Amino acid sequence: MNIHTIANHLNDLCDKSHTGLQFDCYPINGEVEVLQVNIVGREEIPVFVSVTENQVLCISYLWGEDEVNQERRLEMFETMLELNIPMPLSSFAKIDDKYVVYGALSVQSEMQEIELELSVLSDNCLEVIDEMADFLK
Amino acid sequence: MGILNKIITAFRGGATEVGQSIVDANSTRIFEQEIRDAENHLTKAKRELTDVMAKEMQASREVDRLKRSISEHEGYATQALEKENEALAMEVAEKISQLDQELAEQQSANTNFTAHATRLKELVRKTERQLTDYQRQLSMVKTTESVQKATASITDSFAGSSSKLLNAKDSLESIKARQQQFDDRLVAAEQLADENSDKSLHDKLAQAGIGEQKSNANAVLDRLKARK
Repeated sequence: MNIHTIANHLNDLCDKSHTGLQFDCYPINGEVEVLQVNIVGREEIPVFVSVTENQVLCISYLWGEDEVNQERRLEMFETMLELNIPMPLSSFAKIDDKYVVYGALSVQSEMQEIELELSVLSDNCLEVIDEMADFLK
Repeated sequence: MGILNKIITAFRGGATEVGQSIVDANSTRIFEQEIRDAENHLTKAKRELTDVMAKEMQASREVDRLKRSISEHEGYATQALEKENEALAMEVAEKISQLDQELAEQQSANTNFTAHATRLKELVRKTERQLTDYQRQLSMVKTTESVQKATASITDSFAGSSSKLLNAKDSLESIKARQQQFDDRLVAAEQLADENSDKSLHDKLAQAGIGEQKSNANAVLDRLKARK
């Protein structure tokens, strides 16, 4: 399992997708290889996939610290903690100064599970931004 | 101090800039070596444990055999005494005394083996526990590093290209707008399709002379005649 097997699978899906979404994958080079997965119609919010020794990490950026209304920051944290369990397959996290939602899968996962993960992550991401926009500037 | 604490300390200390690692590569290597050592330790302890347990079983069988032999010889000695053969009884008694001594030795060995096996089992359990914990910690370090590096790759990629990560609200708005446009177009297409299918049906019916007919001169004349 590496980002290229995932990319090939997703790019070959076309209309055979199980989730009703279409994916466009672009590998990003670097010390750790990352796959940028664009979902057709949602290109503004891509999902980034990287594969480590034991897990597949799927990450979508929500917003930066600079976008947060600082007066409501604590309230935003509480909401994130409260939503963390109900939100299917994804969790909130922070990387550097960016808030993200992410999902982690075993490297033994089937491609269909990765497809589902990406689709749910993208749905969660859009819904979270929609619902939590009040906490942003 | 656990690895989680190190990670948090490193984050608080601002070790999150690109290129700066939470734990340097060298200590990760040392840590991996520690894990391999613990694994070797575990394999050795398990092998030794099997050995000791086999010896324990062997000793326990020997104890049983000696006990049986002693009670057997005690029976012989009693019979010799009943037959007033003191000399024979004495000879058997000497044999019993010899067996008693052997039994004591075997029992002592057995106790030692049992104690050793217990110690080894405890060691195996502890080593296994430690190994699981080491592996968990290593996975945390590696994941943290990997995410940092991945973030660096993503940031570089976006900095180097014309595309740029929009802010959250704008991104959502433009996705929604596109979705709305798509939906509108879908609705419009459906309406158009409905109208077309209505019209074509109408045409077919008219051709077949069914339904509302077009007004023509003959029909008008017929109507006027009928009024009279």
